[in-house]
Amino acid sequence: MSTLVPFEFDDARAMHTGRGRRSSPTSWRWRDRIALVLAWSAGITLCLIAGAIVAYFAFRGVQYLRPSLLFSRPQASTSQAGSGGFLDPLLGTMLLTAVGIVLALPLAVTSAVWISEYGRPKWLSRAIESCIEIVAGTPDIVIALFGLAVFQLSFMGPFSFKASGGGVYGRSFLAAGAMMSLIALPPIFAATRDGLQAVPAHLREAAFALGKTRVTTIRRVLLPSVRSNMATGVTLGISRIIGDTAIVVLLLGESLRLESQGSVPGVGLLRGTGSTLTSFVFDNSPAGEGAAPQKAYAAAVVLLLFVLCLNLLVERIGRHQERATGLSVATGAV
Amino acid sequence: MPPVLARLRKPWPDTRAERTLGAVSCLVGVLVVGMVAFVAVHAWPTFEHNGLSWLGSGPSPESAFEKMQSTGVDAPASAYHLRAWPLLYGTLLTTVVAVAFASVVSLFASIFIVELAPERLRRLTIPVIRLLASVPSVVYGLIGVLVLVPFVGNHLVTAAEKESVASSIELTGAGLLVTVVILTVMIAPIMIALTCEALAAVPSSWREGAIALGLNPLRAILAVTVRAARPAIVAAAVLATGRALGEAIMISMVSGGRAFTPNLDHGLLIFLYSPLRTFASTIVDFREGLSAPALGSSLYAIALLLLLGGFVLSVCGYLIKLPLRRYQVRG
Repeated sequence: MSTLVPFEFDDARAMHTGRGRRSSPTSWRWRDRIALVLAWSAGITLCLIAGAIVAYFAFRGVQYLRPSLLFSRPQASTSQAGSGGFLDPLLGTMLLTAVGIVLALPLAVTSAVWISEYGRPKWLSRAIESCIEIVAGTPDIVIALFGLAVFQLSFMGPFSFKASGGGVYGRSFLAAGAMMSLIALPPIFAATRDGLQAVPAHLREAAFALGKTRVTTIRRVLLPSVRSNMATGVTLGISRIIGDTAIVVLLLGESLRLESQGSVPGVGLLRGTGSTLTSFVFDNSPAGEGAAPQKAYAAAVVLLLFVLCLNLLVERIGRHQERATGLSVATGAV
Repeated sequence: MPPVLARLRKPWPDTRAERTLGAVSCLVGVLVVGMVAFVAVHAWPTFEHNGLSWLGSGPSPESAFEKMQSTGVDAPASAYHLRAWPLLYGTLLTTVVAVAFASVVSLFASIFIVELAPERLRRLTIPVIRLLASVPSVVYGLIGVLVLVPFVGNHLVTAAEKESVASSIELTGAGLLVTVVILTVMIAPIMIALTCEALAAVPSSWREGAIALGLNPLRAILAVTVRAARPAIVAAAVLATGRALGEAIMISMVSGGRAFTPNLDHGLLIFLYSPLRTFASTIVDFREGLSAPALGSSLYAIALLLLLGGFVLSVCGYLIKLPLRRYQVRG
């Protein structure tokens, strides 16, 4: 590249910060100098805030996080020493994430494939796309109330359980997981759709030329080639689900321990109530009932670790994809 | 194997696949319509009893909520009485102030990241922004309620200030100031991500042309790059407004949980320290009372307003981004 361009400004960026010869901030108008200072301070401040959050929670983690907390069940107790750990919330988070992703993935991938590969009639595919945008813009608390309204319908009884008065309780892992799938839907959909749109046309044409039908092309060519996009979407979806509190607080009941309903082992767990790391933090903070800030800090550290790992994973997948195909994964809106 | 299954196992003809995929996709549409319908049906009773004066000012919402909760299953018509102005005011105040701050911060931060930062610093900022965007709201709330609220309550609010308003509100530190600060930190990363994308998409030759015409580099960025990306920046602000509007857990933890309308009667400082309550945090705070029909209906009415607000914001975001499409600038 550099052989073709006679004048290449290797140091172009340095010039723009004013360190070059042409223009130095000292000769600028005051307005511009203030703007320059503001831009630098805004960028640095954000880094400092993030650094402060990480450092603070690292400190609290060293202070309060003990391996035994991860493996002991929570107990109702008035003192922080006796209230046990957060094994159940940890399992609850994993179970809820699994339910949410299992429900969201097929729906998101199907709609992404349909919209980008078929998409007829045009108005319908536009409408579906806007619907997903609306879901993305809906506050989680509203989704939680919607879920409560749906799962308290009397014929939805099998998904949670009937309270003693005969009313349907409407709160269970299934109910919360179903609503969590709405939270995870938009990022998976966006990542898959962007991936499909970035697949070069010659790939499809080659498959058609070999006599493949559209469906076979989708299954054998397109879906495998957007696998890492889907992985990115799923990772973003997981981090949304893990971090969500409102749906858990409203739709999972507020029992600390996993409590299954009915005698069938797996199904009973899904119909039962429990807690997740987020609701554990919420309940143990001064805002909730059990004021156990040490436990809340410890659980929040675990939560942050999860989020950090998921962030690293997204970056890894992106870099891997870039190296493999030269295409960067569109990570969608954060 | 039953013949039906055997037929499904064979490669599908295109038309069947298209119809199946389309039908599954339509499920999303059904879900959205169902969501609006369910919430609206549950919200109807409270609007039926109050009309549009539901949004007006009047007796405090908390006392109304308590009355609703105590009436039990068969709520008389009088139990539905609610004037939600303080909640609306709290919502608008926190959202507008936080979005205003976040817009300024994120604009300058994006300029820094895209145009000014040295390469190594830039490589650091991108994961930082992503991290700030993905920290769960309950963790932000925890920082607020355990660190910022005690700090403000013990060190910033003076005893004289607490004394001066003791008859109406208690200044604990939880309130407008902490809420807005955390909300700003929460929504700024979203805006920065979108703004950076838009700024990076503006051809750099435009800016270089401006520099060649004699503008200094920073003025060129402000006058050309930022100007060209303006619709995307506004759209980012709109998206962030939606986030701020719907934030429930964090605000419920740090806002002081009192439907007070902060005012400037006692000066700016008291205004900043005064507690408030927003729409979304009300739902979290009164979740125990959802089974009482009057209270449940009021909370669903709040949800309906949030839903419609989000809907309007989506449409606004779409309309704002239309000119971008015309200029073929990605955003």
